[in-house]
Amino acid sequence: MILFELFYTFLLIGLFTFGGGYSMIALIQSAVVEEHSWLTAQEFADILAISQITPGPVGINTATYAGYSAVIAEGYPTAMAVAGAVIASLAVLILPLTLILVVGRWLLKHKDQAPFDTLFRGLRLTVVGLIAAAALSLMPSAFAPTPTGTITIFDFQFSFFNLIIFLAVFALSLWKKVSPILLILLSGLLGLIIY
Amino acid sequence: MMAKYCELFTTFFKIGTFTIGGGYAMIPLIQREVVTRRGWLSDTEMLDAIALSQTMPGILAANIAAIVGQRLRGIGGALVAVLGNILMPIVFIILIAAVFRQFQDIPAVQHIFMALRPAVVALIAAPVFTLARKAGVTLRTVWIPVLAALLIWLFGISPVFVILLALAAGWTYSKLIDNR
Repeated sequence: MILFELFYTFLLIGLFTFGGGYSMIALIQSAVVEEHSWLTAQEFADILAISQITPGPVGINTATYAGYSAVIAEGYPTAMAVAGAVIASLAVLILPLTLILVVGRWLLKHKDQAPFDTLFRGLRLTVVGLIAAAALSLMPSAFAPTPTGTITIFDFQFSFFNLIIFLAVFALSLWKKVSPILLILLSGLLGLIIY
Repeated sequence: MMAKYCELFTTFFKIGTFTIGGGYAMIPLIQREVVTRRGWLSDTEMLDAIALSQTMPGILAANIAAIVGQRLRGIGGALVAVLGNILMPIVFIILIAAVFRQFQDIPAVQHIFMALRPAVVALIAAPVFTLARKAGVTLRTVWIPVLAALLIWLFGISPVFVILLALAAGWTYSKLIDNR
């Protein structure tokens, strides 16, 4: 049953999300796109775009949206999808909140001591790789041929315009710290004009 | 008694409803509401709450809400604060998801999303480099994120398993240093 599967999947995602929203995005992507094939990479990228420009934590927004879409993709009606959205959003919170409430104070004292210092340092390094993997997996959907600006190099056909957008957003976000919301809105506007 | 629960709920409801961009965008707002305006936590307690929230798994904003709620009213307070924080975001997304399905086949909407996809992927690729700096990636440690990325991306290994592997390796490494 899809709702139980969603609950279990997002329960696990919550427990393994270290280091913030982007690492949760990586885990959700792996679960709903690669493991369960509830969504295509392209559908997931669209969900991410919306989750980043609506209020609330990006991780929660993505969980809510992915839960909703997974149920729809499996062919269930809207009411079930709403239930799926709520279940996915609450499930990602259950285990982290339990941990915080139960061992929070104790861990605050010990987190800079062995073995936790090494554990957390290793986790921070690993999470960087997790997010990189998510970005790499989503690349093909980002450069899929578009109505204009598509070029072919050898046998490889991709959207040159989208490559430009990717490089521009990457540079503006990394070096100029331009807000993701502004970058998404500008890219959308650009899409409306050039495609 | 009830008044405090209500205040906790409305405070985090406001923070959740009016911040776009999640955790790091919410921290200044949480600080202003919780420390400056209401004096629920001292500056040091707030910094501790942030540090703990970043260490623990889960969503940063929800973790901070839980810690603040717990401090004021125990477990009930934590639940009230977290629910307040996520209620509107969940409602918004469900509404948008339902409405978007009606419009997704319109050509103009499709054209917008064609350009959004590379933007979104760039927005995931960029933090890889900022986080790498924060995590202290050096020539000696760069193999860890690279190996993690390759295991997941190339070999299709679940990120959950990769994190378990990292925890096991970190634990072993820590014991080895201890015994030296």
